[in-house]
Amino acid sequence: MSEIPALIRVFAYLSLLTVGGGMAAFPEMKILTVEVHKWLTFPQLIHLYSVGQMAPGPNMMMIVAIGQWAGGLLGALIVLIAFFGPTALLAFIVARGWKKLEKWPWRTSIQQGLAPVSIGLLLAGCFTMAKGAITGVETAAIAVGVLLILMQYKINPALLVLAGAVIGVLSFMPK
Amino acid sequence: MSDAALNPTVEALHAAAPVTQASIAQIFLEFLIIGATSFGGVVPYLRGSLVTKRHWVDDKEFVEMLSISQSLPGLNATNMAILVGEKLRGAVGSIAAIIGICLPGAVLMYIVGIFYRIHGDHVWITAALKGVAAAAVGLILSTVVSMSKKSLSGKFDFVFIALTVIAVNRLHLGVPRTLIAVGLLAILFHRPRKEQKEGGAQ
Repeated sequence: MSEIPALIRVFAYLSLLTVGGGMAAFPEMKILTVEVHKWLTFPQLIHLYSVGQMAPGPNMMMIVAIGQWAGGLLGALIVLIAFFGPTALLAFIVARGWKKLEKWPWRTSIQQGLAPVSIGLLLAGCFTMAKGAITGVETAAIAVGVLLILMQYKINPALLVLAGAVIGVLSFMPK
Repeated sequence: MSDAALNPTVEALHAAAPVTQASIAQIFLEFLIIGATSFGGVVPYLRGSLVTKRHWVDDKEFVEMLSISQSLPGLNATNMAILVGEKLRGAVGSIAAIIGICLPGAVLMYIVGIFYRIHGDHVWITAALKGVAAAAVGLILSTVVSMSKKSLSGKFDFVFIALTVIAVNRLHLGVPRTLIAVGLLAILFHRPRKEQKEGGAQ
């Protein structure tokens, strides 16, 4: 139960880092949930995030599992509110004011400027995750394979992540 | 105020504008369905449901809302839920939409979390998860590629991408300081210019 205030602090903070997508917060999420608070291990974080890619809805729902581990059902609910509340409030305020900013020349500048930064944050999150997930030639081949298939064909990414599970069982099971 | 006098007006209204009336229950249910079925990325499902099926927003509005969602912190899926909910029914609409879109995935991951905690170290699960994590890395890389194709406004933007990665992964500046430093630099680089004002939209 004593973890609840920490869960609120950590996930409300992570919430504001998700510029351009949830992955932007991943490096910081690793530091705070794994190294500082030790709610789970780095491999567990990677596993939860990856499994979350097969779940429907917003793609950071794995935070619910972290909340559940650290604080039970209450922890899960607290994490959801802390992670989605602040950005939801911000989006709500902006929704009301954005129209008025239509003529503001800096609006385009902000959108154009944040685009490469959010791509960079996504890539940085990806590298952080790759350090734990890409452990050899086989895993690298799976990642590159998925990348090439997605660039070439219009296929549901969740299916490819599922295919990753099958390939994983076939290639990484101890003989 | 007779019915005969009212009816033609009502019918004319229905014919002229697509139905944009939505009850709180309808909003919640529609977003709940999206939240339960949107495997592999929410945006196409949002468009199919909100634009094509329900006509709650038109295509232009949808693109505009998506670009706002992408510039704000927060996930596209939840930001879109807030924006569309707000447009349809104000604050209560936003709350109904975000709870709807989050609920199915949250319940699922709650169960997955408990299951993983108990069975996560079985050999075949460890093997499967190794493959899943590697595939997820490929998926994120493909998102990087497609976002770069869609939302960059010049070759120089790649410098800002590189600076961001170096700041986070090499210098360990942390996301907030990186956002402020590189973000400000990039926004200033894309500052409004005279020609833009004179030339209009571009």
